Amino acid sequence: MNGHPHPTGATSVALETVESALHDLRAKAPPRLADRALVEVGLADGLERFDSPIGRLVVAWNGRGVAMVDLDGDGTAIAERHRRLTGRPLVDDARMPARLRRAIERRLAGDRRATVPLDLRGRAPFEAAVWRKALDIPRGEVRPYGWIAAEIGRPRAVRAVGSALGRNPVPLVVPCHRVVRTDGSIGQYSLGGPTMKRRVLSAEGLDLEGLERLAASGTRYLGSDTTRIYCHPTCHHARRISDAHRMTFRNADAARRAGYRACRVCRPAVAA
Amino acid sequence: MDVTDRSDDAGLARALADDLDAAFERLVRDQVDRLYSIALRLTGDRRDAEEIAQDALVRAYRALSTYDAERITALRLRPWLTTICLNAARNRRRRQADRQPPVSLSVVAVDPDAGPLVDAGAGPEAAATAASERDRWAALLGQLPRRYREPVILRHVDELSYLEMAEVLGRSEGTLRAQVHRGLAMLRAAWEAAERTEAIA
Repeated sequence: MNGHPHPTGATSVALETVESALHDLRAKAPPRLADRALVEVGLADGLERFDSPIGRLVVAWNGRGVAMVDLDGDGTAIAERHRRLTGRPLVDDARMPARLRRAIERRLAGDRRATVPLDLRGRAPFEAAVWRKALDIPRGEVRPYGWIAAEIGRPRAVRAVGSALGRNPVPLVVPCHRVVRTDGSIGQYSLGGPTMKRRVLSAEGLDLEGLERLAASGTRYLGSDTTRIYCHPTCHHARRISDAHRMTFRNADAARRAGYRACRVCRPAVAA
Repeated sequence: MDVTDRSDDAGLARALADDLDAAFERLVRDQVDRLYSIALRLTGDRRDAEEIAQDALVRAYRALSTYDAERITALRLRPWLTTICLNAARNRRRRQADRQPPVSLSVVAVDPDAGPLVDAGAGPEAAATAASERDRWAALLGQLPRRYREPVILRHVDELSYLEMAEVLGRSEGTLRAQVHRGLAMLRAAWEAAERTEAIA
């Protein structure tokens, strides 16, 4: 201390010394602080791991929502894909809020009412509409591409719906696996191909063989001759119809001609 | 006299006005250490300081995203961010006060950020002394009444100008000069008192 003897015996400290001591109280912020701020405002993403029926997943997220879901694996490839998809850097040390983690876990367990915010900046409104619509399909059920197209008001855009689903950046969180080809066959899946799609659907309790048998026989809809309502085959109302009362239809027109009305829950596509 | 260059801030404000998302990371990297330092010296707690500084940066981004280009360009970033940081610290203090009984000063008066500012050439003994002196100054600063502590931190830990401090704290420059002077004198007196106690013991 650059002081001098004081009458009382202690040292006297110059004000400049106090000032320079204060100056030295500047501190360096931990590196994670800047990263976490950037993640919170959505200018960088963090990565978080989750378990799923088809193995471990990585989920890229930020303060605006979930931006990418992929199978866990080679870190470099994941970072590369994330960069291509979002244009944002990935940071370590980001802490996913517990509420978001729980919501994702619930969603992965099939609860579509769990609120999982999505960060779909930069995606076409049509794509986002397709993905949002897929969220209306309950666990254990499927709908054809044409149903999504009709529901979002683009009944002719069936192919475009198919390719939008193939570009879904957040598979499983947005259950694009619950959308199948109009002929009832399972169709493609971006997250590891048709085999993975079958595995997810089976894990959700869907009777795949039953569905494929119906599809092969040309049946698109099931009706009940007591309620005179027709449904998608996997609609929970259709599954309650007993064998004695079950009617099969090759298309919506046939059902309507037979005097059946469309189920208000699974909303068979009028245009299909 | 200002020792910190403010011309970069005007350039950064223009960049933020031009493209917020492209320029915001630069603001974060430029400002994170000073916001953290201010929050750390205000609260004396490293975890609180981290959360306050992060909160301040997030609030700044959200505010900027609602401002038009003209308003952003006109911002004096340093005092503006400091105001947000102090508000974030106040909000946090209020929330904590609602949740738990007040903590005695002796509990918080330990500097958790000890150590890094030591001459590279100094030996371990010198390092230990320097670290402990820094801790003691930090503890004394933490015990300073808030109306002195805030201006002392902004002036001497952060080096805002009195004009900028007047904007942040809403007090006149004259009042702030007097409070900083008084705060420094109180710190010196506290330091000397501690030295005397040590000499006796």
